[in-house]
This record gives sequence, structure tokens and C-alpha cells, in this order.
Amino acid sequence: MRFTSEFLESLRIAGDAIRTNKLRAGLTTLGIIIGIVTVTLMATAIQGLKRGFVNSISILGTDVLYVQRLDWFINSEAEWRRENKRKDITYAQFRSLARQLALARAAAPQVDTGQPVKYKNRTSSSVHIIGTTDQFQFTGGLTVADGRFLSGADSEGGRPVCVVGAQTATNLFVNENPLGQRIYISGHPFEVVGVLEKQGDFLGAFSLDNQVVIPVEQFTTLFWHDPDYTIQIKAMSVDALEDCREEVRGIMRKIRHVEPGQDDDFSINQQDAFLKIFDKVIGTIATAGLFITSLSLFVGGIGIMNIMFVSVAERTKEIGIRKAIGAKRRTILLQFLTEAAAICIMGGAIGLAIAWPLTLVMAHFMPARMSLSVVGLAFLVSLLTGVVAGFLPAWRAARMDPVEALRNE
Amino acid sequence: MSLIRLDKVSRRYQMGTETIHALREVTFGIARGEYVAIMGPSGSGKSTLMNLIGCLDTATSGAYVLNGVNVSEMDDNQLAEVRNKEIGFVFQTFNLLPRATALHNVELPLIYAGMPTEERRRIAIETMTNVGLADRMSHKPNEMSGGQRQRVAIARALVNRPSILLADEPTGNLDTKTGEEIMALFEELSSQGNTIIVVTHEEDIARHARRIVRIRDGLIASDEPARR
Repeated sequence: MRFTSEFLESLRIAGDAIRTNKLRAGLTTLGIIIGIVTVTLMATAIQGLKRGFVNSISILGTDVLYVQRLDWFINSEAEWRRENKRKDITYAQFRSLARQLALARAAAPQVDTGQPVKYKNRTSSSVHIIGTTDQFQFTGGLTVADGRFLSGADSEGGRPVCVVGAQTATNLFVNENPLGQRIYISGHPFEVVGVLEKQGDFLGAFSLDNQVVIPVEQFTTLFWHDPDYTIQIKAMSVDALEDCREEVRGIMRKIRHVEPGQDDDFSINQQDAFLKIFDKVIGTIATAGLFITSLSLFVGGIGIMNIMFVSVAERTKEIGIRKAIGAKRRTILLQFLTEAAAICIMGGAIGLAIAWPLTLVMAHFMPARMSLSVVGLAFLVSLLTGVVAGFLPAWRAARMDPVEALRNE
Repeated sequence: MSLIRLDKVSRRYQMGTETIHALREVTFGIARGEYVAIMGPSGSGKSTLMNLIGCLDTATSGAYVLNGVNVSEMDDNQLAEVRNKEIGFVFQTFNLLPRATALHNVELPLIYAGMPTEERRRIAIETMTNVGLADRMSHKPNEMSGGQRQRVAIARALVNRPSILLADEPTGNLDTKTGEEIMALFEELSSQGNTIIVVTHEEDIARHARRIVRIRDGLIASDEPARR
């Protein structure tokens, strides 16, 4: 009860003090405003970068394993030299693995190359050609917009059919239904049986829509006789991914005759690897960025401290009067802390109001938006700045000797 | 039993290398309901004595018992609590908060006592009415005359029903006529049973009290009933 009435009184005093010194409070707030704007924008940008990255790699699938000859991320030359000696992963190994797997929902081989694709007089010079089986639809999480995906019979029999990506379809077919048409991949005819839904790009590097999916048999016959395969394996669920990984590892070691005690001569990659690397990078950026931007907040805090010292000095007599009629140290401390915090929170609110339209501009370049957590953080940081910066002046006020303070004019 | 009991109270200040003896082993008491004037020239130690009695300051040595409680050993916060509950201050320069209304000034001690808003407001209004300021509640100090300001200060001093009303030169900043009015108000408050201590250097003011304690060089020079 007493604390509530003291706090309300503190709020009233803070309001009075700020109203009486509008210009001064405004100028002091400026430091906090700039600080909050920069910190908020930095935090939003970092969140945007991260969100963009996660969106981008989501195509890999959180529950998909990629069995490959090499690691996605090789950290040293020695490691690269060691891994480079590994033997290719063959189609026979894929067949053997797929047959023995019990904990996987789907498994598909994948080989790819870039080839020109032609339809009538229109040509796409370099299209990503993927050779795989019907299972690729599940491991790759693909959705067919029109027609159908490769069937089991297509992949087994190796009929010259294909499924085209959204961009390839629009590139080659103008006002024409692609289904049933014959396109030429590097001169070899393929019948279009399906069109994939738009997928976007991968890390901004290449478009996932500029591709053509063909049966793996066709691929090896026409383009690349004995390629190094990637095996995509979709686990039953994200939770079952680790079990699935262990099973895959065991089977692959057996298939590739890895002696017990020897290192794997293949790699099992997953989305995690990207996230881990990215988290490390973004963590460094975030630490450095937030540190630099928080310097401006620090300067703002010093401004607050300065002005609070002035405020305490100006109101020494008032402090004496309040103490004489029963204000405790705590009461006076609370009064000045409230004032400092009020100025800072005001600055925080104005800062957010300025930062908000700026994040809208930022949204044109990355999937950034001012999240509730950033807003909450901004208010918390301003409150904290106020309390920290206001503490020393408030402490000085609280410890004043009432007799001395009353003597002050 | 005494309301106030000072026993060999001394107060020394250190001014550089020099020690100033503001009070030297002062011993005296004040009973409940008394109206006492403390007199003395400037530098006599009367202000120091007032600060000690008002719990704004603590003695270097000796004991001070207020209302049965030894306050000489108390820390800052306990003293603040005692000032809030037991002491009502009236200052020469009024010492009102300039930005607050008269009513808010009077409410302040109750806020620090943690009283709920409605009860607080009711008591403050009642107290202001008692000192004749029923129509000045929402005025700010700079919108009032000196006499009115001192009445606000008296209302603020009385609002917590303190044991002692402690006035330091209460008419020092007022003209003679207004000063007389304020002293008449003290008279009335005294007759209602309030304990009043007035610190002054003016004989005319001191004469209103029932008892006059004279201080000189940190010692009690005389302590006798006022001649009226």
C-alpha cells in the first residue's frame, strides 16, 4: 500500500519535472531516441537476416538426411584431402541402402547436371537437370502444380518423361500447356508429364524453379554414365531423425565395407549443419553490431545521468522538505529513479515510433519486421538505461542530510 | 511523564581542524500539551536544538527520548518514520513544494505514511478547513499570500496528528498583523491540547508561549514561565 502511494507520487513528480523542463527533457531524450533507433534497427536486421536464411534453407527439410561422399562444410585442408580420397556413392549402394532401411519414410537417389533445354524455337541455356526416382517427390518435399510427378514405372523403366520446374515452364512455354509436349534436353526428347509448384531460390544463389526432373535411368544413359550419387532420406519425423541417421550410418558402413574402428568414408549431411554455421556467423555479427550500436545508447545514458545530477542539485531544497515530513531514503531514491526511467521510456517509445517506418523500408531487402520481442527488448533496455543512469544521482539525493538540504536555497 | 526528554545531549561539528560545540550536555524535558518557546541569539545553538528535537539530526552524545522511544540511536529511515508520525514542522520560509497545490502539500505526509487516497484526501481537506483555508485547496503556493502559505504549512504539520508542532521562526517572513494571526492560531491549537515548540529570537513571539527556554553558547541559560 505504502509502496503504491509512494510510486504514484513518484510518477506525479516525474511528470511535473518533465513538464516544467520540456526542452531539457526533450534534448536529453534525444540521446536515448537515437540509441533505441539504432539498437532496434540492428536487432530487426539481424532477425531479418536469420529469418531469410532459415526460409532459404527450409527447402532442405528438417527431417531429411543427405548421404554424400563429402561433408557440406569442410573446415581444413587436411580434412578436404582426406575426404577427397573417398569413393563415389553408386546406384547399387543406393538400392542396397533403400532395401535395408526400416526407419525411413522415403529414400531417393539424386544426380544432377546443367544442360540446355529446348522447346520449339525457345531455349533455356543452363537448366538444372535432376536424375532421380518417384520417391524424390517425398524426400524433396515437392508439390506438383499441374499433371503428375514421375511414377514408379517411369523411374524403373526409364521412359523419357520429365517434370519441369515453374520457371522452366514459363521460360519455354508461352500461352501453351506444357503437359504432353516434347522438350529436348541437350538434344534428347522428353515428354512433360508434370509442372512443379514455385519454390523460390536457395540462399539467393540459384533458382529452385529452373530445373527439370527426369528418371535416373535416363540420366545415366544419356548424360553421365557413372555419377557420384546423393541419397536423400526422409525420416519418419523430425524426432526420429537421429535414430534414422544411426540406421543409415550402420547400413552404409556395411555396404561400403568400412572396418570397425575406421572412420566413415561417406557423410550424412542435414539442414542442421547450415544452421550451426550460420548461427556462428550471425552470432558474431549480432554481438559486434549490438555492441557498436549500444555505444550510442551508452552515450544517451550518460546524458541522462548528467541531467539527473542537475535535477537533484536544483531540487535539493525539495528533497530536504520531503525528508523533513517523512520521506525515507527509499522514497527519494524511487522518486529520482522514476524520473530517469520515465525520460528513458519516453525516449524508447519515440525511438520505436521512428524505427518502425524504417523497418518497413528494410523489409524491401530482407524478411524483416519489427517483432514483439524487439519492441519488448527496446522498452526493457530503455527502462534499464534509465535505472542504471539514474541510480547514482538518485542515490546522492537519497543520502542527503535533511538539515543541509533544507538550508539550500 | 515527559513527552520529550533530553539527557546530557551534546552536538559537536567538525569544521576543518576546529571542533564546534553547538550544544553542551543539555538536559531538559517538555510535557505533553506544553507551549514552549526556545530563544537565543544566532549561533547560540537553538537551531541545532530544534533539529535534534525534530529528529532531523542526531546528537553526538547523550540520550533523547521522544514519546517513550529512544531516538538517539536510530538510523536515517527510522528517523524519517518518527518525523512523519511524531513531528509537524513549520518553517520560517514555509517550505511548501512550489509545483504542488495547497491540498497536495497538505496530503504529502499522509502519502509517506501510506494512507489510502480517499481517506487521505478527506483528512487533508478537514485539516485545511480547520486552519481557515477551505477555499484555497487547489491554489499553488505562488498564488497565495504569506499568511495563507504559512497556514498551509501549519495544516501540513498537523495533518498526521503529530505529538509535537515544531515551529522555526514561524512569523519571520510575515508582516506584524499576519504574524499576530498565525500566533493566534498557535494559541488556539495549544488550547486544543497540541504540544507546541516555537524557536524564535523575537521576545514578542516568545511571549505567546507558557514557558521560555533561553539558550546561550550551547547551554540552557534560563528556563522559566513566560511573563504575560
